[in-house]
Amino acid sequence: MPDLLQLTHIRKTFPGVVALDDVSFSISAGEIHTLLGENGAGKSTLMNVLTGFYAPDCGSLQFEGQAVHFSSPRDSLALGIGMVHQHFMLVAAHSVFENILIALQGIPLLFPRQQLRTRIQQTIEEFSLDLELDTPVWKLSIGAQQWIELIKLLMRDCRLLILDEPTAVLTPQETDKLFSVLQRLKQQGKSIIFISHKMREVMEISDRVTILKKGCSITTLEQGDFDQHKLATLMIGSDRIPEWQKSLPFSDEIVLEIENLAVRNDRGLADLDNFSLQLKKGEILGIAGIAGNGQKALAEALTGLVRVDSGRVLAAGVDITRSCARNSYIAGIAHIPEDRKAIGIVPDLTLDENLILKNFRTKRFRHGIFQNRSAIRKNAAEKIDQFAIKAGPQGSPVRLLSGGNIQKVIIARELSEQPAVLVALYPTRGLDIGSAEYVHKVIADGASRGMSTIMISEDLDELYKICDRIAVIFRGRLIGYVDPTNASREQIGLMMSGEVPA
Amino acid sequence: MVEILLDATVRAGTPILFATLGAIINERAGIINLGIEGLMLIGALSGFAATLASGSLLLGVFAAFAAAFAAGCIHAFICVQLRGNQIVSGLALTMFGIGVTALFGRGVVGQTIDGFERHAVPLLSQLPLVGKAFFQQDWLIYFSFLLVFKIWFFFYRTRWGLELRTIGENPAAADACGIQVNRYRFLAVACGSGFVGIGGAYLSLASTPMWIENMSAGRGWIAVALVIFASWSSFRALFGAYLFGGITAMQLRFQAMGTSVSAHILQMLPYVFTIIVLVISTLRLQKGASQQPGNLGQP
Repeated sequence: MPDLLQLTHIRKTFPGVVALDDVSFSISAGEIHTLLGENGAGKSTLMNVLTGFYAPDCGSLQFEGQAVHFSSPRDSLALGIGMVHQHFMLVAAHSVFENILIALQGIPLLFPRQQLRTRIQQTIEEFSLDLELDTPVWKLSIGAQQWIELIKLLMRDCRLLILDEPTAVLTPQETDKLFSVLQRLKQQGKSIIFISHKMREVMEISDRVTILKKGCSITTLEQGDFDQHKLATLMIGSDRIPEWQKSLPFSDEIVLEIENLAVRNDRGLADLDNFSLQLKKGEILGIAGIAGNGQKALAEALTGLVRVDSGRVLAAGVDITRSCARNSYIAGIAHIPEDRKAIGIVPDLTLDENLILKNFRTKRFRHGIFQNRSAIRKNAAEKIDQFAIKAGPQGSPVRLLSGGNIQKVIIARELSEQPAVLVALYPTRGLDIGSAEYVHKVIADGASRGMSTIMISEDLDELYKICDRIAVIFRGRLIGYVDPTNASREQIGLMMSGEVPA
Repeated sequence: MVEILLDATVRAGTPILFATLGAIINERAGIINLGIEGLMLIGALSGFAATLASGSLLLGVFAAFAAAFAAGCIHAFICVQLRGNQIVSGLALTMFGIGVTALFGRGVVGQTIDGFERHAVPLLSQLPLVGKAFFQQDWLIYFSFLLVFKIWFFFYRTRWGLELRTIGENPAAADACGIQVNRYRFLAVACGSGFVGIGGAYLSLASTPMWIENMSAGRGWIAVALVIFASWSSFRALFGAYLFGGITAMQLRFQAMGTSVSAHILQMLPYVFTIIVLVISTLRLQKGASQQPGNLGQP
């Protein structure tokens, strides 16, 4: 097959960092090509080079045998290279129609409204998608928003589609649907670059896989030449996966009880609606659901960050429904937030300071009204050692650390006071396998010491692996509990789309 | 009586309407413009001076647009190119407008011109009640009606309008679609400012055909508040501007009738009303269904 796009020895540096060192690979027409790599391996930078956001320092791009040079996203779009970003580029206040319209090229100033609507409708129907043209985007599920992004690219006749972790926000059923659409596109001769962390999906969909490591493309494998284990080993090196044991059977003592909780968001819609949940001592309880079905509100209600409209939260029998974040921390509830850079840390403070954000008022860390610098430093050194944090130079702001290391800092801080309950919201999102394994290990170790965890995740593989029970949430309601040892993925998938099990 | 009041309402509301429409264009592109008051003054003085020199009202209106357009370019340059603080830049523009017009306006204080005259629209002006108020007016007022519709049409029925709204909501998305964000923003700020200038010119060419120092008297600030009240829609801006026009007209009427209430209190009414409107519309915004451009004020 002829190469549609060929990259040779691409290198891109930023001040002080080599993001891409030496990347070469090629994409044929009608191929689904997966890019696999840890966080920080350079996937995002590479995509930004392909879509024209960054210009490479050296190396060359060839499109259909012609050397090309992109100086802006316009240039790559003109050649038919389109990308579905991980963070969608949609305008929430606009309707589906307007969002697609804006992406179309060569629309006259006064556009023929009806004709365009028909054209878009046709594309939607061609792939039997379920989209209403006049709905404002903010009312749609994340999965549906992703369809819009895809349609935008299809309407533009893109020949190379880049999908950055598209399945992170989908139910298993939606993922199947996406894969069938991708297969159809492939048959139409379109090429697809697929980025995912989920090995099962990579195995299912890829024609070829290219592995990136530390800014270099280390190898490209044909279908049939790879299996899950081989890919994982190539990607991170086998020696770095820490060992851990799933915890012992947990006790029946209830440490946290949620009764008929309701939380309304800024728009007045119910984020949580009559939600009830029981958490037992030493249990790892997974919350499965498609992103945006109330997970965030649940975590924030438990940790005192949002106002609860009705219902109760009992921690060890004490009502903490109305408590503020500080009090729920004192009540023994620790929190790993979703947006680790915005909420989890103070990016411009140092590592030492970030580690004591929650307990700087304790006697240990102060002399009267002054900080006890040496105790703070000693604490940091202990944590760095205990949690294997790769700290930068002492005194540098914590924002310079990688995502995995920032997550370790948060975990180190949250677990330092031996909490009774840990509320973890997407704790491994965006982390590479090594770091994700580490997070799992810490949670499992905590469970064996009697810590209970509410693990909110959209990665079913992860929940299956680590959880004792899985609760499924849909539109702010608890649909039911399942036992990961005997529930099928399809069953959970159906529950995630609101079907109550018989 | 009602006819006269309605007529006064439209005449008092029109300068605010122009200014509000101009501000809406700014904010739809995601740029807050607190320089409205200064732009109105710049428009008022340049319009008046140009008409005085040339004798042409049309030239006056063009001069008002051009001068405010130029002043708007300063704001656009600071906010768009330099990504400076929009609040500070806008306030500075207002100070600049007040100062520079007071300085250059000294020469023309006390001079008069022939202002815009009324032209009746055949048939329509014969309508009972609304005929006189809406169809027996000057050209600038007819132009403002057209502008209200044009702006709506521009935003909701043209590609440029859609692109501009996208920029105001989510510049990164616009950029990814290949839209030249900065160029659009710059033009939106400059053109919006130009329309604000015409609002100022209405004061010095139609309301009272002369130049008085600081003659906008806070109308620019009312327009800034009205943008929120109108939730960034040009039709609601028309409604809001006439609401204020109506209050102004009424308080003048009360004064003329010689009520026992102090004239100062009556003159305060439009401004008190501004505060009430702001409180109400902010409460409504919090309740949900915000129409505010998502990226307003972000550099």
